[in-house]
Amino acid sequence: MKYRFSRKQLAIPYAIFLFLFVILPLLVVIYYAFTNSEGKLSFTNYVGFFRSGEMLGTLLYSTVIAVLTTVICLLIAYPTAFILAKAKMRSSEALLLLFVLPMWINFTLRITALKEILTLFEGNLAKYQFFNTILCMVYDFLPFMILPLYNTLTKLDDSYIEAAEDLGAKKSHVFLKVILPLSVPGIVSGVTMVFLPSMTNYVVLDMIYNSTYIMGSLIGSYFSAYDWNNGSVISIILLIIICVITAISNRYTEKDTDERGNNLK
Amino acid sequence: MEKKQDTLIELKHVKKTFKDGVTLIEDLNLEIKKGEFVTLLGPSGCGKTTILRMIGGFDKPTSGELLLDGKDITNLPPNERPINTVFQKYALFPHLNVYDNITFGLKIKGVDQKTQDEKVKKVLEMVDLEGFEKRSISTLSGGQQQRIAIARAIVNEPEVLLLDESLSALDAKMRKEMQIELKEMHKKLGITFIFVTHDQEEALTMSDKVVVMSDGEIQQIGTPEDIYNEPKNLFVADFIGESNIFKGKMVGKKLVEFGGAVFECVDDYAADTMIDAVVRPEDVEITEPGKGKIQGEVIACDFKGIFYVTAIKTDRAEIEVHNLKSFDIGDKVGIDLAPDSIHIIPYDASINHFEGVLEEYEAGKGFTVRFEDFALEGVAANRIFDGATEKDGEDSPTDVKGEKIAWEGRKVIASFLPEDGDLSDDAEAGFVEGEIFNFIFMDDYYRYRVRSKSEEDYIVNDADLWNHGDHVSVSVPLEKFQFELAK
Repeated sequence: MKYRFSRKQLAIPYAIFLFLFVILPLLVVIYYAFTNSEGKLSFTNYVGFFRSGEMLGTLLYSTVIAVLTTVICLLIAYPTAFILAKAKMRSSEALLLLFVLPMWINFTLRITALKEILTLFEGNLAKYQFFNTILCMVYDFLPFMILPLYNTLTKLDDSYIEAAEDLGAKKSHVFLKVILPLSVPGIVSGVTMVFLPSMTNYVVLDMIYNSTYIMGSLIGSYFSAYDWNNGSVISIILLIIICVITAISNRYTEKDTDERGNNLK
Repeated sequence: MEKKQDTLIELKHVKKTFKDGVTLIEDLNLEIKKGEFVTLLGPSGCGKTTILRMIGGFDKPTSGELLLDGKDITNLPPNERPINTVFQKYALFPHLNVYDNITFGLKIKGVDQKTQDEKVKKVLEMVDLEGFEKRSISTLSGGQQQRIAIARAIVNEPEVLLLDESLSALDAKMRKEMQIELKEMHKKLGITFIFVTHDQEEALTMSDKVVVMSDGEIQQIGTPEDIYNEPKNLFVADFIGESNIFKGKMVGKKLVEFGGAVFECVDDYAADTMIDAVVRPEDVEITEPGKGKIQGEVIACDFKGIFYVTAIKTDRAEIEVHNLKSFDIGDKVGIDLAPDSIHIIPYDASINHFEGVLEEYEAGKGFTVRFEDFALEGVAANRIFDGATEKDGEDSPTDVKGEKIAWEGRKVIASFLPEDGDLSDDAEAGFVEGEIFNFIFMDDYYRYRVRSKSEEDYIVNDADLWNHGDHVSVSVPLEKFQFELAK
């Protein structure tokens, strides 16, 4: 029998990888999430999560930190990306590189460095824990917000802006009625790329805050105490939240790119 | 006085230099009258779109004035000008539907809902897209988007409508339809239309007035008939329609010689004036062999739908003819030209004129003249100063009266005829280097415009084919230069 190579076979290593490192662990997590410590089907862990004020508080707290990080990132990144994309500076590419450059350095290293700097200024980090956390998160995630915004804004045709001015719009009006709505895809993907990781991030909290008041660190603490069931429950809850958010934002961007793609020619 | 009131837009001494230091428009003056359909026509990069953008307010002139109804609007932002634009790629807002696109300008002006509805209905009727209010922009075809873009502009009832290559994205049939519709719309609205295009046919079909531009300068302004029948210079003749261009000279009163024969013509220039004769292919009469003024042989004949394009080779040139008759290749024919079919353009007196300074003098050798791009050595004194003689050992030539001529720092104009120049790809061969900027086919040779680094233009005839952008050197034998003292 002659061996026939088909292109599909190239996918085999990836399929094995996906199964071993993504699907299997996920199944394990799901198994633990719906069983109790004796290995029997149970929802008590979920009930426990939603009854515990402490747990819900942590969820809320994580959300607050993630939302705050995202909003601050957006407020800093939008004007930055706008200036870089539209000011027609010769050096805008180089400037963009400067903003993205920190991403080349290891995440933990960056946070350690920032921690040292903060200690230099504040002495005792415990004094401004919340502020420090937000600062580190914003510092970490800012490039993820700038890049998609920059991409969207450079692609935004100047003739839309000129058309709006031509029809009598003042600068502020041009921004609110044309530039902002047309940059929604960039905002959505920027927000997704910042909000989701900051929701589950716990390295920053671990290094700056030394606490377990955030979802990521909560999962970590359960797992390190060998409480697989509770850790899995929280993971599943986070996963569902993330899935919902991704689904919403995907619908937004897809619809929009579709419309814009058609209009390019 | 009345004429003055008719003028709506006036550009006065407008200059435009871009950020990178390139000056596209040096000094441009243009008047546009109320209610006119004006087309700015020219090849890409000639500055026509820049003029439109300055009128629209998107670009500011580096210097000069822009008047609207006599008021200076040079520094007025686009949103405060009573002018609307139909952009090249339409620039319809993709996040708004047809209705919201059209009412964008009305909403800013605070027009009430009911009036908005009425106006939208009216303009949609006008562009033949009734009932399209709720449609999303992405579902529209190119032609429909074009119409919505026009509707969005005219709904604001501007005094001037600017159209920037607005039909170039449409297919040929759609384009013809839109040309007619735009013309009708112009009649209905009665406002001024300024249209930019590189398509000469489009310009001739649609406009009341055509402004032919090249290289940031206006070449000719006139009605489509004027531009076609009476081109002012070779550029216009070559750019508008097809043409046979012959080099020749006047030989008597309304008699011109070119292509190996003498023809009667209707333009009167002094005998011996060097001229270019322009003959449109449809004006060439083909006669029986032996009759007619020039004899030739058919070398090609192609059917073009309504007419045949016949190429005839004579011993001097190749002539293109458009008519309804078909010929076989190899047919011997005669050619005749009616006096009014020959349009005569005298040699542009200003081409190949360069101002230089007398730099050095040596008796017996003559002057060294320094120009911006080059220097000419060994120019005999009597070629610059009439009757001057050079005496050995003296530092100046003497004039007819025997007095020394004060030549230091005097300015002279040197000129040469295009046919005396020669092009070479050897940089050392000529006196100046430059790039081929454009060229015109002249039957048996090409006329090239070579632009040097210092932006001087050299017009040279050459039989070889060079391409746009080719690096060449220009050579002219010293004895072919004409010298004249600058005033």
